[in-house]
Parts: sequence; C-alpha cells; structure tokens
Amino acid sequence: METPVLEFSDVNYIYHTISCETDALKDISFKLDRNEFISFVGPSGCGKTTLLNLIAGLIPVSSGTIKLTGKELSGSSLNIGYMLQKDHLLEWRSIYKNLTLGLEIQGKKDAEHLAIIDDLLKTYGLDEFRNAFPRQLSGGMRQRAALIRTLALSPDILLLDEPFSALDYQTRLNVSDDIGSIIKEKEISTILVTHDLSEAISMADRVIVLSKRPGTIKEEIPIRLSIEKRTPKTSRNAPEFNTYYNQIWEAIHDENQDIT
Amino acid sequence: MKTKISPEQQKYVHNIRKKQILIRLYQLLLFVGFIILWEYTAKHGIINSFIFSCPSKLFATFLSMLKDGSLIHHIFITLYETLAGFAIVIIGSLLIATLFWWNETLSKVLEPYLVILNSLPKSALAPVLIVWLGSNKTTIIVCACSVAIFGSILNIYTGFVNVENDKLKLIKTLKGTRFQCLKLVVLPSNVPNIISVMKVNIGLCLVGVVIGEFLAAREGLGYLIIYGSQTFKMGNVLLSILILCVIAMFLYMILQKIEKKLSGYF
Ligand SMILES: Nc1ncnc2c1ncn2[C@@H]1O[C@H](COP(=O)(O)OP(=O)(O)OP(=O)(O)O)[C@@H](O)[C@H]1O
Ligand SMILES: [Mg+2]
Repeated sequence: METPVLEFSDVNYIYHTISCETDALKDISFKLDRNEFISFVGPSGCGKTTLLNLIAGLIPVSSGTIKLTGKELSGSSLNIGYMLQKDHLLEWRSIYKNLTLGLEIQGKKDAEHLAIIDDLLKTYGLDEFRNAFPRQLSGGMRQRAALIRTLALSPDILLLDEPFSALDYQTRLNVSDDIGSIIKEKEISTILVTHDLSEAISMADRVIVLSKRPGTIKEEIPIRLSIEKRTPKTSRNAPEFNTYYNQIWEAIHDENQDIT
Repeated sequence: MKTKISPEQQKYVHNIRKKQILIRLYQLLLFVGFIILWEYTAKHGIINSFIFSCPSKLFATFLSMLKDGSLIHHIFITLYETLAGFAIVIIGSLLIATLFWWNETLSKVLEPYLVILNSLPKSALAPVLIVWLGSNKTTIIVCACSVAIFGSILNIYTGFVNVENDKLKLIKTLKGTRFQCLKLVVLPSNVPNIISVMKVNIGLCLVGVVIGEFLAAREGLGYLIIYGSQTFKMGNVLLSILILCVIAMFLYMILQKIEKKLSGYF
C-alpha cells in the first residue's frame, strides 16, 4: 500500500498564555492519501485553523507526530500551499507582482514557474488585469488571484482555510468549481476547512467532523456520489447529497447539545 | 471615459465650483483687509508702529535684506539645519523602530524610557545641549532631533507592530524569512504611516531649530528674531516670523504632495 501523503498520529496541540492553557486539538489521527480531498467541519473555535497551521509547519505539535510521505515534517521536501481565509493580496503590488510573491520569496522566479502563472492567468480570465491593483478587482477575482499565487509554487498538498467565506453565494459556487477542477487536473492532495456543510460535501472524498474544543475526531464520512462528471456544483444535485448533509449535521448538532 | 453630462449634473458641478471660488475670494479679502487695516492704523498712530511695525516697513526691510544677501543666507541656514535634523530623525527612527520590531525584548526594555523622553518639554534640553556641545550648527541640528525623534520612533514602531498578523502569516506560509516579512510587508504597508509621521516631524524639526537658534546661534531666522527683539528692530522680527510660516507651509505641502501621489496605492 502506498504511504499516505500526510499522516497524523495522536497529535495534540495546546496554546499557552499567561492566564491559562487551551487544549486546541486532542488525539488527532488520520491519513490523507495521494489525490484525496478531505474536508474538516466543526464548530467555531474547535481547532481547524490550528490543524492547518500545524501541517504548514507554522507551529510545532505539543505531542504526537505529523509525517509527510513517511518523513518528518521538517525534513520533508514536499511543497505545501496554504490559502488563508482572506485573500491578503498586498495592495501596493500589482496583481502580477502579487502572484509572483511566493516565487520571489523562494528565489524561483524562472521561466518554468512564470509560465505556470501565465497559464493560470489566462484560464481564469485575469490576464488583462495583470497590471491592475488588488483594489480594482472584485471579491471573486481577488480570491482567484490568491489561488494562483498559491498554485504557482506547484504545491503537493493544498490547505484551504475557509477560502470562500468572504464571497457571495454565486461567486462562491463558481470559485469552488474552479478550484475543484484545478485540484483534479494537477492531482493535488487537499485539506479544506469550513463551516459550510454543503461546501464540505460537494468538494470532498471524505468529510471529517471535529468535536467542539478541544477538537477531537468525531466522525469520518466517506462521500460517494452516484453522479457522472463530479464537480462541486454538480455534486449538490446528487441524490445522496441530502443524506450526507443530514448525517453530518446531526453529528455536529449532537455535539452542540452537549454544550448546554 | 466620457459620458454624457446631464443638465442637473452640470448645475451641481457649477455650484460647487462657484462655492470654491467664493471661499478663495474670502480668504484673499481677509488677508488684504488685514494688511490694509494694519498699515492704516500704524500710519495714523492708532497702534504704535515702533512696536508693531507696519506692512510697508516690513516690505522695505525685506527688499533691503534681499539686496545685501543676508536674508537668503539666514533662510538657507535655517532650512539646512531643519532638513538635516529631519533627515536624521526619519532615518534614525526607521532604523531604531526596525530594531525594536526585530527584538521585542529590547523594545519592551526601552519603551518606558522613550515615553518619558517624549513627554519631556524638549525646549528644556536645549540649554543642556549647548553646554555639552557648544554653540554651533551641530548643536542646533541635535536640538531639532531631540524635539522630534522620540515621538517619531514610538509612532513608527506602533505602525510596525500593528501590521495585520495574517499578512505576516502569508509570508511565512510562502516560507519567507523574518527579513522578508520586514521588506515585503511591514515596510511597504507602513508607508502611509511613515509619511504622516514625517508631516508632523518636519514642523517639529523647525521648532527645534528655532529654539536652538534662539539660544546658540549667530545666524538663521531664529537668531534674527531674538536679535531683532533685543535691538527693537521689530521689522526684522516680524519678517522672520512671516518667512518661518512660509517655510513651514512649503515643507508641509511638499510632503502632502508626496502623500497624495502615493495614496492611490494604499
Ligand atoms: N494564539 C493563540 N493563543 C491562545 N489561544 C488560541 C490562539 N489561537 C487560537 N486559540 C484558541 O484555540 C482554539 C482553536 O482555535 P482555531 O483558530 O484553530 O479555531 P477554528 O476552528 O479555526 O475556529 P474558527 O472556525 O472560528 O476559525 C480557539 O478556542 C482559540 O480560542
Ligand atoms: Mg479558523
């Protein structure tokens, strides 16, 4: 069996502050296979962003291990792309200079990588805006630009932290379709974190439900939709969609009742 | 982009223009009226022209000092000292704020001292500086710096610290170093703040220079003022004050121009 791209074993994470310590994640174990798409859903503050920060290597685990293709996180040569909730385009740089930011930082501004950006710019109809500034773009366009900035580094793993939450419903569907197709085409293993259950189901091969803080894995639900050409949009029309929705909703709702 | 302008729009724009012209007109009238009143009351002995001088005398002083080159010399000295002080303040406070941003412990240790120095009435330092450094241009430039630099460091540092955390996170997710955070996010996102700090400080430097010149100089507009007041050459005093106004306005306007140019990007 192939080694998973990403493997968590008994990962805990604790935030320390002067006044208290907060258990953010507890006993998290899961595997992300190559080309797999996992959505994490869970109540606010359950540690979803923390989970992604751990994978991105921004913070070290308190205990447990994270492995990328069988290797320690720090020794791995895999590229990790991380899309934050907001686009965070730098207002003082043109769109093109925003897109090359990652390449500039990593000293990879070569023809091969710039070609990737040119390609993506054309695919997303942003080509004519390459010299524009972020403030001249709509929310959807900005989010696509942020996506291109992330994809320019050809990530092996993509981390998405509620990347669509700032968009209106219509744009949200379109952008998630765009991202869905790119991820399929480029064979990127992906983790999406979201509040939106429909979004989680429509994009994922598997949905993992986290409990309220400290976040533990509550339920893992593989998504199998009987539908011809699956995209995030068409998934929503699958006959099984509502069943999954209810199942996940109950898993979270059940959780919320524990609070009271 | 030319779109057809409706009559209502035309009328609206016309009205706004008219108002703007009227405001300028009133401003001019106020100025001219003040000059005339001053001249008139001085000529007719309603105010003492020896103490208050009068516009025609001021103008004559202006012309004669312009002719013998002394005015230009004094203006140049004051301007030079102000700009030198300003440059040192801006470069110095950028460097120190960067150092503070880099090393949080250092900033924590020094911050209270800075706050104290900043709240000190800076003119109190000037006599001390003269004793330490002597009566020369360097002292006056240091005096200008002492007025402006502490507040400037604090303001720029505050701007650095308040950079959106997620923007720094973005650089880190792209595997950027701390230096790249500084270069790519902290400095550029603080350009507007730095310029507004500059706008405050150019005025403060001028104040510092004038204080220094009062106490220690043999040249410069501050010296002209103090010397003039001691020898009852009120024309010199008022003329110098007037020129200081113009210089302050002029320097401020340059920075405002730069700010406007950049504002589109932030
Ligand atoms: N820097 C920090 N210091 C202390 N506690 C923190 C810190 N960051 C997050 N926490 C706490 O850890 C918990 C998990 O935070 P996290 O941001 O991972 O939640 P989340 O699931 O992403 O929430 P949301 O859905 O609101 O984005 C929260 O309860 C939060 O209060
Ligand atoms: Mg979050």
